[in-house]
Amino acid sequence: MSDPDISVVDDDEVAEQRTRRCAAIWRWALGVGIILGWQILTRLKIIDPYYFSSPMAIVNTAYVAATQGTLYLDIGYTSASTIVGFIIGVTGGALLGLSTWWSRVYGRVSEPYLVTFNAIPKLALAPILIILFGIGFESKVALAVALTIVPAALAAYGGVKSVDKDLETLLFSLGATRFQVFAKVVVPWAMPWIVSSLRVNIGLALAGAIVGEFIASRFGIGRMILYAGQVMDINLVWVGVVVLSILALVMYTAVMTVERYLLKGMLHGSQLSSQ
Amino acid sequence: MSLTIPDGRLVSLIGPSGCGKSTLFSVIAGLLRPTTGDVLADGESIVRRPGHVAYMLQKSLLLPWRTIIDNIILAAEVRGVSKRESIARAQPLIEHYGLGGFEQHYPHELSGGMRQRASLLRTMLYDRDVVLLDEPFGALDAQTRLLMQSWLLQVWSDLGKTILFVTHDIDEAIYLSDEIYVFSARPGRIKAHIKIPLSRPRDQDIVTSASFMDLKRELLGLLNHEARIAERQESMQ
Repeated sequence: MSDPDISVVDDDEVAEQRTRRCAAIWRWALGVGIILGWQILTRLKIIDPYYFSSPMAIVNTAYVAATQGTLYLDIGYTSASTIVGFIIGVTGGALLGLSTWWSRVYGRVSEPYLVTFNAIPKLALAPILIILFGIGFESKVALAVALTIVPAALAAYGGVKSVDKDLETLLFSLGATRFQVFAKVVVPWAMPWIVSSLRVNIGLALAGAIVGEFIASRFGIGRMILYAGQVMDINLVWVGVVVLSILALVMYTAVMTVERYLLKGMLHGSQLSSQ
Repeated sequence: MSLTIPDGRLVSLIGPSGCGKSTLFSVIAGLLRPTTGDVLADGESIVRRPGHVAYMLQKSLLLPWRTIIDNIILAAEVRGVSKRESIARAQPLIEHYGLGGFEQHYPHELSGGMRQRASLLRTMLYDRDVVLLDEPFGALDAQTRLLMQSWLLQVWSDLGKTILFVTHDIDEAIYLSDEIYVFSARPGRIKAHIKIPLSRPRDQDIVTSASFMDLKRELLGLLNHEARIAERQESMQ
C-alpha cells in the first residue's frame, strides 16, 4: 500500500491542475460560444441584426475602418490619452496622498475635501475641462486625470494612515531623517494600497478619455462611435465597442504586470504584521 | 530617579507594567524629551538627539518588504554606508550568530526566534556602545527564550557592548544581568538596586543554584509588593 499522506498531497495537486485546465477550456469555450451564438442568432434573424449587428459584419466593418478609415489613428489617440491621463492621475494622486504623512493637520484638513470630491460625478466637469483645455488631446488627458487622481490619493492616504508607528520610531532611533523615514517606511508601506487602486483607475482613465471624445474631438474611438451613431452606422458603433473592450483588456493585463513588479518582494504586503 | 550604567555591563530594569520603563528608554534613545532631567553619555547630554544609542523595541520590527540581510543592514543604510560594504561587515556575524542561509528570506518566512535574532543583530550592528533592549524575548515561547538568552550573552561578550535590558521575567533578569534596578509602581521610582554576584560565563543550570534562588526570592518579594500597588491603581481608574 502506498503512503496515504503522499497520495493525499498528489490528489490535491492533481485536482488543482484539473480545475485549472477545466476552467481554461470553459473560458475559451464560452467566448467562442457567445460569438458563434451571436452570429447564428442574427443570421437566423432571431435577434435583429440591425441593432445587434453580427460578428462577421463587425469584422468586415472593422477591416474597412482600418484600411480606408482612421481606426488605427483612433485607437492610438484614445490609448495615448488614457495612458498619459492614467500616469499623471495616479502619480499625482499617490503623491498627494503620501504628502499627508508630512503633516497630520494637513492630512486631517484635506480628508473631507478628498472624500467630497471623490463623490462628485467628475464627468459633470467635462464641459468645463473641454472649454479650459480645448478640444484637443489635453482635454481628454485632463478628464482621465480628473477621474483617477482622487481614488489614487485616497488609497495612498489610507496607506499612510495605517503605517506602523513603531517602524517609524525604529527608523528615528537609528538616526534617520524625516525624508529617510518617508522613503524607507512610509512609501513602501503604502505601496500595496496605491497598487490596489490601479486596476480600478485604468478603467476610469479610459472612461474619462472616451467621454472627452464624445463631447468634442476630432479623433479617438469615442468620436468614432459618436459619429457612427449619428449616421446610423450601427456596425461601426459595434466596432468601437469591441475595440474598447479589447483595449480595456490589454490595459488591464498591463496594469497587472506593473502590479506584480511593484509588489515584488511584498508577497504579503505590509498588511502582514511586523511582529 | 538617577541611574548610572557602567561601561560594558548588562543591566536590567524590572518593575510592574506601566511604571515607565519603556518611556525611560524612549528618553534615553532621544525620541522623547523628559519634563525634567538629563541623559548623559560619556558626560555629554543626548536629550532629543536620537542615534546615540541602539534601541530595540518590543516587536522585532523587521520591514516586511525587505529580506533579512536588507533588514540587518538598515542602520548602515540610514547612515549612508554603501550596500556592499555593510553586507561585507554583516555577513560574518550573520553566519556566526546562526542566521546563515536565511539572508535572502523575508521576515514572514522565519520563525519568531529567528526574526528576533535578526532584529537583535540589526541593533548590534548599529554599532553603538550602548544598546537598549525592551523586552526583546517577551513574545517568544519558553524554549526559544532560553536559547535566545544564551545567544544574547554570547553576542554581548563577543562585542563588548553596554546593555540596558527591560524585562518582566525575574529569571531572565538574574540570569543575564550584572545589576538589576527594581522599579516601583507609578510614579516609577527606583526601589532597589541589586548587584548579581554570579560569576561568568554563566550556564543555564545556574538557575537552580542556591545563590540564584536567594536572589530570586529577594526580587520576588520586592516585585510582588509593587505589582499589588500597580494593580490597585489600575482598578481605581
